[in-house]
Amino acid sequence: MTRLRLRASNSVDGHYKILSISNKMFWLIRIFTILFIAGLPHLTIAHDFSVGDINIEHPWTRATPAGAKVAGGYVTIENFGSKPDRLLSATMEASKQVELHEMSLTDGVMRMRGLPNGIPLPAGGRIELQPGGFHIMFLDLQRPLKQGEKVGGTLVFERAGVVQIEFQIDAIGSQGSASGDHQH
Amino acid sequence: MKTLMVIRYAAWTILAALAFLTAAIALGWWRVDGPGRAQTDGGVEIKGLPQIGGPFTLVNQHGKIVSNKDFLGKPKLVFFGFTHCPDVCPTTLFEITTRLQKLGTEASDLQVLFITADPERDTPEQLALYLQSFDPRIVALTGTQEQVDAAVLAYKAYAKKVPSEGGGYTMDHTASVFLMDRNDRFMGLIDYHEQEASALAKMRRLIAK
Repeated sequence: MTRLRLRASNSVDGHYKILSISNKMFWLIRIFTILFIAGLPHLTIAHDFSVGDINIEHPWTRATPAGAKVAGGYVTIENFGSKPDRLLSATMEASKQVELHEMSLTDGVMRMRGLPNGIPLPAGGRIELQPGGFHIMFLDLQRPLKQGEKVGGTLVFERAGVVQIEFQIDAIGSQGSASGDHQH
Repeated sequence: MKTLMVIRYAAWTILAALAFLTAAIALGWWRVDGPGRAQTDGGVEIKGLPQIGGPFTLVNQHGKIVSNKDFLGKPKLVFFGFTHCPDVCPTTLFEITTRLQKLGTEASDLQVLFITADPERDTPEQLALYLQSFDPRIVALTGTQEQVDAAVLAYKAYAKKVPSEGGGYTMDHTASVFLMDRNDRFMGLIDYHEQEASALAKMRRLIAK
C-alpha cells in the first residue's frame, strides 16, 4: 500500500495511475476493505443463520415480565434463491406452543391474527418479522426469558426445511436495533 | 310573438327552479333542524370533550374491590391490556414505567390504572406477579366479565376475545392510554406510537391541571 501511494504522489492524476500500475491488487484490497467495513455491524450487533439460499438475520425476542406466558419473536429473512419459499412454523426451547401471527394497529385498536398458512417468502424477496407486524408468537412459556441471554429454536421452511437458530433476548419494551426513536 | 313565448318559457323555467330550491331547503330544514330530525337517545347533549370514562367497580391486584371514586382527586392514566400479550401491553407498561421515573416526584400523585381486558386469565394474583416487573405505583384492575365489560364500555374502548388456531384465544383491544384529570374528566389520549417527548408533555400537562 505504501509503495503504491508513493508512486501515486509523483503523478498529477495519481488515482488512475495506480489503477494502471497495479489494477488487480488495488481492487482486491479495495473489495476486502469494503467487505470488512460492511461486515462490522453484523459482527457486533446481529447474528445470522443461513440455509441454502435463505439468510436469517438477527432473530430476537424480549425479556418477559414476571408471570408472562407469552412473548413475540422477531427476525428478518431473505431469500436469495430463484424459487419462492414459505415460513411454515417455528419452535423455541422455552415455549410449549409456537404460532405465526400478524399484529395490526388500526384506529388505536391492537388486533392479532394467526397465520395458519405461514408467511410467503418470494424468490429474491425478504420478510421482516418485527414489533407491530408479523411475529412469531411464543405461547405457554415454560420459563421467563432473561435479558442478555440467548434461547435456541428452529424455523421451518416449506422448501429449505428446518433451520436451527438462536433468539437473542433484548430488554422488555425493546423495539429492536432497526428502530431509532423508540429506543430508551 | 316569438319573443313573448321565449320570455314566457324562461319565466316558467325560473319559477320551477325557484320552487325546487325552496322545496329542497324546506325539506333540508325539516330533516335536520325541524320536526323531522332524528331523535337522540335520551337526548344527552355532549359539549366540549367527549364523555369518556366514568364509574367502574373492579378488583385490584391485591384482591381489594375498588371503584373510580377511590381515585378521585388524582390525575390518571388508564389503559386496557392483558398479560397474555406479547408486544403492546408489556411495551406500554415499560414505557409508562420509564416515564414515571423520568418525571420522578412530579408524578407522585399520578395514578396509573392498567385494566385487564381478559379477566378470565388475569386473576389478581397473576396481575400482582406481572406488575413486579414494572413501576410499583401502577395499579392493575380485574373483576368479573360484566365489571370489565362495563369499564370498557365507559371508556368507549374496544376489547374482543378472538379464538386462536391452537385452541386458545387472544384479545383485540384499544392500545391507546386515556388521560383523565383529577375530576375524572377525559383529557386526551397517548397513542401507542406517540413520540416520547409528546407523551411526557401530555403527562406533565395532565399533572399540572
